[in-house]
Amino acid sequence: MTQQAKIVIRKLNFYYQKRLVIREFNLEIPANEILAVFGPANSGTTTLLRTLNRLCDLIPGAHLEGEILLDGENIYAPDVSVTELRRRVGMVFDVPTPLPMSIFDNIAYGPRLGSMKTKASVAEVVERALRMAVLWDEVKDRLHTPATRLSGGQQQRLCIARVLALEPEVILLDRPCSGLDPVSTAKIEESLRQLKEHFTIIIAPHNVQQAGRVADRVAFMLMGSMVEHGLTAEVFANPKDKRTSDYITGRFG
Amino acid sequence: MRVSARSTQMIAKIVIWSAALLVIVLLLAIMIYILLKGVPTLNWQFLSEIPRDMGRSGGILSTVVGTLLVTAVAIVVATPLGVGTAFYLTEYTREGRVTRIIRFSAESLAGIPSIVYGLFGFIFFVIYLKLGWSILSGGLTLAVMILPTIIRTSEEAIRTVPSLYREVSFSLGGTKWQTITRAVIPSALPGIAIGIILGIGRCVAETAAVILTAGSALRMPISLFSPARTMAVHFYILAREGISMERAYGTAAILIILILLVNVVANMLVNRFVARGR
Repeated sequence: MTQQAKIVIRKLNFYYQKRLVIREFNLEIPANEILAVFGPANSGTTTLLRTLNRLCDLIPGAHLEGEILLDGENIYAPDVSVTELRRRVGMVFDVPTPLPMSIFDNIAYGPRLGSMKTKASVAEVVERALRMAVLWDEVKDRLHTPATRLSGGQQQRLCIARVLALEPEVILLDRPCSGLDPVSTAKIEESLRQLKEHFTIIIAPHNVQQAGRVADRVAFMLMGSMVEHGLTAEVFANPKDKRTSDYITGRFG
Repeated sequence: MRVSARSTQMIAKIVIWSAALLVIVLLLAIMIYILLKGVPTLNWQFLSEIPRDMGRSGGILSTVVGTLLVTAVAIVVATPLGVGTAFYLTEYTREGRVTRIIRFSAESLAGIPSIVYGLFGFIFFVIYLKLGWSILSGGLTLAVMILPTIIRTSEEAIRTVPSLYREVSFSLGGTKWQTITRAVIPSALPGIAIGIILGIGRCVAETAAVILTAGSALRMPISLFSPARTMAVHFYILAREGISMERAYGTAAILIILILLVNVVANMLVNRFVARGR
């Protein structure tokens, strides 16, 4: 890669108790692209995403070796502020998770945790985030109604907007469309393509087709190990590893 | 002999309906009986004057004030302790020996008869801490008594908050404290409120523990160090010593109305709060 990678993962090993969930994982992730990390269930994609914003710190008995560099700095260094890191690396979960409060308060949740206090600036951030997530027109007249009344697809775009309101650098999406209908899925994929201009996006897609549709690069994982990675078109057209081609063509998984 | 699915369905329905009906009828019967016996004694004088002649005449104002103050002290002391312990057990520690000891102690405390709390309060607060028979002694004793209820209901309320809320808050850069205050407490609050309401109910209704710690003075309490008689104690003494059954029922009616009022107001507050989020 010519330019410096946004994220560099070096020799990452991740354990739950004694069980090795991610082994000897190396990957460079360039900025302003969409990377899809895909693989069958339990291949470690969710865990990998959670190591990138250190949400895996919350799991009792988890243990990590190796390093993850964000803009060249190890995010597991002792002096790193985890809350600061999580504002730079936002996350969208596999089920829509609006908090039980209004649409506005959901989006404002992150900015308010930080230093943002004035009403005008919060309102501005909320509007910008909702516009970027292509949800503004649908909700602008009911910002103060409960977010749980939105449809599933709207709720998931709300979660994306909530992350955008943090003004992050990297966005992690863990199977963001797994419970959604095709129309909602298409809307989210479309907004991801627009968002990559400003952000580095890492997605664990819920199926191979989605990886093919949205990603610039793909990484195929199996049982916690990287099998192969590269540009989407190349990996899909000429997989180097037989396991990759078997999975892509639907022979297993 | 096998009973057909249709008949078991029918029998189950009848059993469950009659159980619910029996409970409602029982509750209503008690309440209506007491209100019928008590309400005729109620008048403005009964509410606005302190008891005279051991309660044979005058009103019950000082006992109403005593009840409210003793309950307030108990709630003000027990709520932060109980809710704090619940948060410690659920959010700040992992399951282990310490949590087991705390839970075991709380559960044992919950099973102790209230007269034993009264005795403890008498020995510890009244005599050892030299607080005397006072609203403070009574309130502190009741606080210890309702602590297990508040801990357990709060703990359950906190546990039912989906862990996803916590993950979302952490992933948006929240600290543990921000996560608890902004994502967990709003969802757990209705459940925590139920624990506090149950606590209020037990305080208002308690007799044995209060009579030993707050005393049974009929004067109007002037500070937290004044002795006081609560309505439940007043009722007990009026009835037990045959002073005046009408006035005992009058006191009981006010007591029931007070408890109903607390429940209705608390429910309204909780519902209003919940409605904001859902």
